[in-house]
Amino acid sequence: MLQQAPETEAQTLVVNGVSHRFDDYLALDNVSLSVPRGAFTVLLGLNGAGKSTLFSLITRLYDNVSGEIRILGNDVRRRPTAALQRLGVVFQSRTLDQDLTLKQNLMYHAALHGIARREAKIRCQEALERVGLADRQNEKVRNLSGGQARRVEIARSLLHRPGCLLLDEPTVGLDIGSRESVVGIVRKLVAEQDLGVLWATHLIDEIAPTDQIVVLHRGKVLFTGTVPEFLAKTGSDNVRAGFRSITGTAHGDDQ
Amino acid sequence: MTTAALPAGTIAEEPDRLGFGGYVTCLLGIVWREVMRFLHQRERFFSALVRPLIWLFIFAAGFRQVLGVSIIPPYSTYVLYETFVMPGLVGMILLFNAMQSSLSMVYDRETGAMRTLLVSPFPRSFLLLSKLLGGVFVALLQAYTFLVIARLWEAWTWSSQDSILTNIAATWQQFGVVDPHLSGYLTVLPALILSGLMLGSLALFMSSVIKQLENFAGVMNFVIFPMFFASSALYPLWRIKESSVLLYEICRLNPFTHAVELIRFGLYGQIGPPVEQAAQAAADGWSFAVVNGIDLTHLYVVVGCTLFFLGAAVYAYNPSKGLIGRRGGAGAGA
Repeated sequence: MLQQAPETEAQTLVVNGVSHRFDDYLALDNVSLSVPRGAFTVLLGLNGAGKSTLFSLITRLYDNVSGEIRILGNDVRRRPTAALQRLGVVFQSRTLDQDLTLKQNLMYHAALHGIARREAKIRCQEALERVGLADRQNEKVRNLSGGQARRVEIARSLLHRPGCLLLDEPTVGLDIGSRESVVGIVRKLVAEQDLGVLWATHLIDEIAPTDQIVVLHRGKVLFTGTVPEFLAKTGSDNVRAGFRSITGTAHGDDQ
Repeated sequence: MTTAALPAGTIAEEPDRLGFGGYVTCLLGIVWREVMRFLHQRERFFSALVRPLIWLFIFAAGFRQVLGVSIIPPYSTYVLYETFVMPGLVGMILLFNAMQSSLSMVYDRETGAMRTLLVSPFPRSFLLLSKLLGGVFVALLQAYTFLVIARLWEAWTWSSQDSILTNIAATWQQFGVVDPHLSGYLTVLPALILSGLMLGSLALFMSSVIKQLENFAGVMNFVIFPMFFASSALYPLWRIKESSVLLYEICRLNPFTHAVELIRFGLYGQIGPPVEQAAQAAADGWSFAVVNGIDLTHLYVVVGCTLFFLGAAVYAYNPSKGLIGRRGGAGAGA
């Protein structure tokens, strides 16, 4: 495992037997999942299921105490630099500088990845075009709507050209139009660039029939697989009903 | 290199190695962001400047007659209280700035900006050091602005009999000759950077262990005021000793005292008192590091404290050993 991992790794993200404990509360219990290349993988769970904790472990905010996490074959503990270079993240909370312009925010992020100014400028332009905000690059983030700010964060997460993209409830607080546009941009990325995406959400209507699903409930993974497999396993005719039956909760989402 | 040749938007199979240039880019990016943020908060710049100026214009003017300052190094003559208190006020700027950036780091941690920083592939200790240097750079901008205004204040000469132009010329003349010598502004720079680093790393460590800061008042009461008042910023230590030996001992142990003294000597192109004057201090157990006839205690204490606080901060932000994970971390469970 310490050897240079092959870059043609089929799995962009592998989480294997990861547990994490806060004091006396087991936030994650032996969690395993994987995100293949070119797959839109939905991490489905209610609030408090452990989604954010898992993201904190993958992004190395704190270390996984047990189990392993690999990003394109690079163990996040043994090869943190290589792992983080291949990982793009959109956090749940807003992380752009309100007083800086879109471009300044992106340039800052490029610097954090050691991308030289000249190359960074080209990539900022590309990334903003991809999310349809290139014409507003000199405006302050403060002037953007919630959905537009999210799109900038997606553009930002792509600057260092990661192979694996994590999004932690990226559509929380957005109106329907913005949600569709954000989901659409990410789906297009998966299709065009062979990215592996892990999309955490509690909103079942964001799941498409072709997606991979990982159901996380109270720190445990209850299911991994495709949508048809999920429906077959739970004996339901839709994901919402399946989610209810597998988790034993009265309702699938907050709406 | 490899990535530049790829068509727009493709994933790099093998990311560029993070060479020396990458580190420089990253450092400059972080410092640049700190400066931009500071410049966008005009009221912060304003209040950072007004605070020490009030002390200088009002407190020092009133206190001048109360406190006589005898000739102690680095001063070679009797000095006005304004001159004595200036290094202390510069220290105050550094202290406030450090605590404010610590507060902003706690805030950053809550909003997730700290997480953006920490997902950078560079080593975490390097990221934290860069962040610290950004804060120090901002503090330097404030400190030098203050020093220039303070010098102008000291050089100010006004006579109603003369014309405005004559008055301006006289002030300008004075500006060149009042204490300290102009070269002092250059020699104080290392002292400012070191002191800034020390206070900044203390603040960085605080930001990692303090879960939530309700407001700035808590930090004011429990960190800034005790550090500032129990130091040599406002009065010479021998004066304090006359009234309370215990307080004198506390001041001596306060790293902020050493930072202020380092700045004081730095303004006169020195790093500590010459050893003959330090003899008495040494007899008091005040100094422990005499090199080539110069007492380097202040320098040693400041460097030592910087390394200690910085080590503690890096430890606290270390993902496997750190305190963040144990405390539930930024935004976890949200």
